[in-house]
Formats: sequence, C-alpha cells, structure tokens
Amino acid sequence: MGQQGPILSVEHVSKEFYGNVVLNDVCFELKAGEILGLVGENGAGKTTLMRILFGMPVIAETGGYKGRICLDGQEVRFSSPFDALDSGIGMVHQEFSLIPGFTTTENIVLNRESMRPSILNDVFGDRMSVLDRPDMRKRAEAAIAKLGVKLDPDLLISEMPVGHKQFTEIAREITRTKTRILVLDEPTAVLTESEAEVLLAALRNIAKLGIAIIFISHRLREVVDVADRVVVLRDGLAIKDLPVAGVSVRDIASWMVGRTVAADAVAGGEGREFGDELLKVEGLWVDMPGETVRDVSFSVRKGEILGFGGLAGQGKLGIPNGIMGLYPAGGSVGLRGKGVPLDSPRAALEAGMAFVSEDRRGVGLLLDESLDWNIAFTAMQVQGAYLRPILGGLFKIRDEAGMRKLTEEYVGALDIKCTSPKQKAKELSGGNQQKICLAKAFAVKPDLLFVSEPTRGIDVGAKKLVLDTLHRYNREYGTTIVMVSSELEELRAICDRIAIVDEGRIAGILPPTAELPEFGLLMSGLAARNAREAVNA
Amino acid sequence: MPKSTPNIKQFVTDFGWPRIIIFFFLALLFAAAPFVGVRMDASISDVFNRFGQNGLFVLALVPMIQSGCGLNFGLSIGIIAGLIGSTLSVQLGLIGFGGFFGAVALALPFAVLFGWVYGKLLNKVKGEEMTIAMYVGFAGVMFMCIMWLVLPYTSPTMVWGYAGKGLRTTITVEGFYRQVLNEFLAIRIGPNFVFPTGMLLFDGLCAYLLWLFMRTKTGTAMTAVGSNPDYARASGISVDRMRTTSVIISTVLGAVGIVVFQQSYGFIQLYTAPLAMPFAAVAAILIGGASVNKASMVNVLVGAFLFQGLLTMTPSVINSALHTDISEVVRLIVSNGIIIYALTRKTKVAK
Repeated sequence: MGQQGPILSVEHVSKEFYGNVVLNDVCFELKAGEILGLVGENGAGKTTLMRILFGMPVIAETGGYKGRICLDGQEVRFSSPFDALDSGIGMVHQEFSLIPGFTTTENIVLNRESMRPSILNDVFGDRMSVLDRPDMRKRAEAAIAKLGVKLDPDLLISEMPVGHKQFTEIAREITRTKTRILVLDEPTAVLTESEAEVLLAALRNIAKLGIAIIFISHRLREVVDVADRVVVLRDGLAIKDLPVAGVSVRDIASWMVGRTVAADAVAGGEGREFGDELLKVEGLWVDMPGETVRDVSFSVRKGEILGFGGLAGQGKLGIPNGIMGLYPAGGSVGLRGKGVPLDSPRAALEAGMAFVSEDRRGVGLLLDESLDWNIAFTAMQVQGAYLRPILGGLFKIRDEAGMRKLTEEYVGALDIKCTSPKQKAKELSGGNQQKICLAKAFAVKPDLLFVSEPTRGIDVGAKKLVLDTLHRYNREYGTTIVMVSSELEELRAICDRIAIVDEGRIAGILPPTAELPEFGLLMSGLAARNAREAVNA
Repeated sequence: MPKSTPNIKQFVTDFGWPRIIIFFFLALLFAAAPFVGVRMDASISDVFNRFGQNGLFVLALVPMIQSGCGLNFGLSIGIIAGLIGSTLSVQLGLIGFGGFFGAVALALPFAVLFGWVYGKLLNKVKGEEMTIAMYVGFAGVMFMCIMWLVLPYTSPTMVWGYAGKGLRTTITVEGFYRQVLNEFLAIRIGPNFVFPTGMLLFDGLCAYLLWLFMRTKTGTAMTAVGSNPDYARASGISVDRMRTTSVIISTVLGAVGIVVFQQSYGFIQLYTAPLAMPFAAVAAILIGGASVNKASMVNVLVGAFLFQGLLTMTPSVINSALHTDISEVVRLIVSNGIIIYALTRKTKVAK
C-alpha cells in the first residue's frame, strides 16, 4: 500500500434536492490500493455521493453540489460519466449493465475492442477495421486472472449465474488501463455467501495492484472483513471515518442507526395487554419482484401493532402483499384459526383483513375517480355496502348519498384537505392521498390492517398525522395493525413489537425499547449468519 | 372543484372546442341547406332517423371504454350476431314486432357466446386491444362471408333466386319487421317529416338500462377496472372477468343495434357490410367527447347526434352545391379524420 498522498479526496461535499439536504459537508480521502467501506442506512446519502463522484447528469440537473472533489490534488467536476471514466473512475452498478447476448470476452472489452486493419481500411478508413478476437480473448483472460476467479471467456452472459455476471462487470472495469478507483455499489447483494467470499478475495487482489476501491455494502461483516477504512454516513453526514482495525460490526451498526431519539417517545413500555392470537402465518413465501419473501412465520395478537422493518429489497414489503394475494405466495395464513387462501385478494378482504399499499398511486388509488369512489369502493365490492335497491329490488345501484356521507365522515376524522367528496384523487397532495388510502381500508372495518410504508413520500407534518391516525384507530377501535416501514424510528414510535426482515426471513423480533445497535445488527444480516454458523459448528 | 356558477368559459372547456366547432359547422349546413335546394324538414327527419339507427352502436362502445378495453373496433362481431339473429327470424317467418323481437332474442345467445370468446381473446392482449379488435372484426366479417353462402337457409326472400341457396347480399325485411319501431307512435308533420318515436324510445330504454347497469356494483367495478386495474384487483375484483363482461355487453348491444338499424333501413345487409360500421360508431363517440378510457351517456348522445347530423347534411348540401356525388368520399374523410384527431389527443391515464 502506497504511503503517498490521497488519489481521491472528497472535501466538504453537500447536496440538496429541492431544499431537502441529503449530503451535508462530507469529507474523506482515498489512497491508492486502499479499500474504503462506505456504509449507511437507506437514504443516508451513499448513492447520491457516488452519483456526484461519477458525474451523473441527475446531479447537475438538480442544481449541482457544493464542495470539491479532487483527483491527485486537482479539483475535478465531471459533467458526465464519460469524464469520470476518462479520469480513471470505474463503477460497478447494482443492476448489471451487461449485454446478455454477448460473451464474457465481448462484454469485458466492449467499446474498447482490439482492432486489426482490413483491406477495407484503405478505402473507408479505420471504421472498417475488424475485431482481433484472439487479442480480445487474451485481454479478457488477463483481467479475469487479475481478479483471481474462474470465468469462461466464451460463455454468454445470459447463461451465467449472477455471481459470474458481477465478476464480468468488475473485470470490465479493471481492463480500462486508466482505472485507478473502482466503486462497487452493493456488489454482494445478489451473490450467495460463497460467491461473496470469492468476490471479496478478488477485491483484495485488485487493491494489491494499486487500485483504490470504494465498497458500498449493507453487509457489515463483509465491510469489516475487506475494508481498510470505514466511513459511516447517517442522514447525509459522514459521522465516522476511521480505520477498520479494532472496529466491530456492532459499533458500525450502532453508528449507522443511532440518531438522536430523545425527541420521539418510544411506545413500548406501556405493558399493554393483548387478546388472543388473531393472525398466524407459517412458512410464508412470496414471489414479489425485488422483495422476495423466503420463509416467514409470525403471529399477531388481537389489538397489537406489529412492525416489520429492514433494509429495502430484503422482503419486508413482500409479506403484506403476499398475504393479501397481490403476488404469488405460498405457506399457511390463518386468521382467528381459520385458514385464508393465498393468491386471492377477495378472500383476504372477506376474511377481515385490509391493506394500505406502499404503491399509493399504482395500487392504492383510483386517481381519475372521485374521493367517494376511492373510499367506498372496496367496502362496496367486498361487503355490498353503499348499494340501494331500485325498481322494487330488481337491481341494486350505488348509494351516492351514502358514499358521500361516508366520505365526509372520513374527511372530517382524518382531516383530509379537499374541496369536496367529488374531487378527483389525483388532485390531492401525497399526504392527503395517503389518508384516502387509510380511509379506504378503515371503511371495510377490518379486524386486521396491513399498512405498508405509510409515510413514504409525504412531508413531515403529514407523517405525524398518519401515524397518529394509526395509533388512534388501534387504541380507540382495537384495530390490530401490521405495519411495514423502512423507517425504524416510525416503527419504534408506534409498534408493540418490531420484526426485522433480512434476506426474506425474519432475522429477529425486538421490543421497540431495544437498543439501536440490536436493530442494526439484525438488519446487517449478521445475526442470521451467526445463527447459521452456530448450526454448522 | 371550481365554483359552479355557469359561465361561457367554463362551458367551453367542459364541452370542448371540437364539439363547438362541429356544432357550428352543422348549424351552418342547416342554414345553407334551403339555398342549395335541400329540404329542411326532410333533412331534420333524416338526422333523427340516422341518430336512432346508429345510436345503439355508439352506446355499445361505452362498456368496453369504461372497463379499459378501449374503443371496440371489433363491434362487427356483435353486428354479425345480430345478422344471424335477423336472418333466423326471417327464415322462421316471424312478422311485425314478433319478427323484430324474435330477431333480437335469436341474436342474443350468439352475441353472448361471441362476446365471451372475443373477451377472452382481448384479455390475452392487454394494451393492444384496439389493434387486435380491429383484426378480429375484419376476420369475423370475412369468415361470415363464407358462412352466409354455406349455411342452409331456405327462405325464398333471402336466398339467391337462381341457385336456391346462399344468402343474398341485401335482403329486404319488407313484410317482416320493416319500420316496426319507427312507425310505433310516429309523429308526422307534413309530407316529409317523420319523428321515429318508437325507435328513439327503444334506444332510450337501452341507454337507461346501461346507465343503470354502470351504477350497479358490477358496473362500478367495471369502471374501476378501467381506471386502475391494480386498484381493482387489490379490492378483490377479478379484472379479467369484468373485462369479459364488458365485451359481452358491448357485443350484445351491437347485435341489438343492427336489428334496430335494419328495421329502420329496411334491409339486412350481409357479407362485407358490417366491415366499416364500427368506425362510424367510434368516430361518433369520440366527437361526443369520450376518450379512449372514459365515456358517458352524454358523450353518446352528443356524439351520435353531431356525427349523424354531419353525415346527413354534409353530402346532401355539398352535392347539391357542387352538383357532383362526392358524398361517400366526404363521409370517409369526416369519420376517419375525426378518429385520427381523437386518437392523437387521447388523454394519458394519470399514474
């Protein structure tokens, strides 16, 4: 490892999106051959920081950033990813940017293929050169050898396991002769554990060649294993920047999640009494794209608020979506001891469950219809409410007056800002739309209410109102609530128990009063891993 | 919602410029008619007649638009079911109201069956319904061109005289159910004006029943499916079933529509006649202000009236003025031009 000056230094970088500060005065340095672990919760600013570093156009479009980024002591300000590539910054994205129908070799040397002149060159110039395949293959093999992994240079990308795709992508970045800094954004997220091990070994090999690496991962164990130094981002602040030696996973976890919580009261300690077991879920799997649930079992008691937390993509959203029949699912779900068939939204609704979807505009609302439709629709369809007979009971048609009354009731109760029950749902603000979604769920008078990301994309004031509403319905009407949220603070504020979901499984269930590091540990996948090791041992 | 005091600006935005322009154009044609020698009372009578004849086709588009299946360019499928019903009715020798309602009753099972199959097909091509519907309509019409020749009809009024088998291209319903609805309670003023009360009442009844249906639980669910299928599914609605239901209703209305058309027009037109009928209906509802995913009874009423008025008046006035027959060309330009106009301005569904 070189002892010379840093090749990259990030100095006082700040960035805000429309007044929302996502990075605040972040500073760190990177030396050649060093591996820097960058960790933080969802929304801590990791991705934004990398976008700035890589010159993504979205940054300039939203007003640029403050502070300086220096390469070898020279300030740089990239206007496009190509500038960043030319300066020697390579990036391996979470999503694979590979061409499926091309081989490993072709992908690795893509757009930098070795060329051989052909007779056409004399007439048409260099554009008519032909590919020098043996040389391309040689270069690809050299890159693969540098990584220290086994990859077939002639295999098509589409036929590879995900792990190999990841290696191909890294190999592509290191074949660029200039590459000095390599950024890996969650490279192990899609890998199995053994593949991840190989990847980490490959990273160490690359670092030995003098390439500096920024390694972003939520698997803290990997960060501790591979990184030389760790930078912890929290709410846009780089709160820790220190060598990894002597730092434990637990420390990092607590730095990651530990924010000032004094202001928010934690609900837990009331010692509430609950009724009988209301919902029992066993061996649930859900095939929801990006939120796969593998094997989840839990039970909810009457009157309880159960929270599901965890990082994005780990499967917490899949749980309510699967139980409510919106995505293919399996396992057994019982409400009050009676089995509820999966894959049928109607059966779930009829059994007395209701769902406020995280996809408010996509699933939660009829944007082009009026508010009274939005609120009364589910109750009308599932329970036959808000219908009145006409022509001597021959037909039943919509009871517009009843729907209006219901809507006015909820507009009052939830303080929904609208001009009339006939206003179109698309005209409301995000927070008020969310309240309409809640009203829709309350209107079916559910025994069990699933609420998914209830505060996503709404402002602080509306957040509090939504949470208060949930709290009130739980306390006043005894509605049992299962709430899924990415915001731990929110869960801690109203839940009686919080389950953390990791890799499609429940990593553990904690009381809201538990220490923050405990939550962080469960989220980072360490607890599960320890358990597995204990089994194997 | 903005305050409800009526003002012209609000009215114009609600009603839409295209409709206002067409309305004034139509008024202009009516004003010009006497000067080129077109009789006013006959023209108005004609407009009512054509409005009544075609009204049900326009109405038939509503359920599928509401359920998100788009404009039913395959309305010919319903028309074919109606043609089967009416030819069967003639074959059985049913006369008068019996002939008309017999034709409707005989057409219904076919309409339901065809609609069901057609609906299943459209569920497989979500997002491309309108294109597929057009081809389904064309293919159905062409298939029936063979069937009309092959089916064992024997009624002498219908089969080719020289061969004794195979249906004629045009079959008169004179002596069967010609004008039964038109003449019912018809109001005559002078020699040239007839108000087809019975037909308009029948159209009105169909419209009222559909209006009621769209207000039932199923109708509400259908509208929700068209508005946001994911929302509907999350509320326990079977999206595919609702869409199929809407296609069946549309097909049934198309079948009833052609029988109404025949009794007024006086002929059963077979073979390629149903080919272009959906386009006129689509043009009418689009003029009426419907979009690809929202349509109301007002759209049907206004659209059918404006479009049929335009179709009646433009050729007669222009022909008389220019002394040449370009009526068919003008009709095609008007109806297809309007379809293009409306489809290019289709409002995006908010997501």
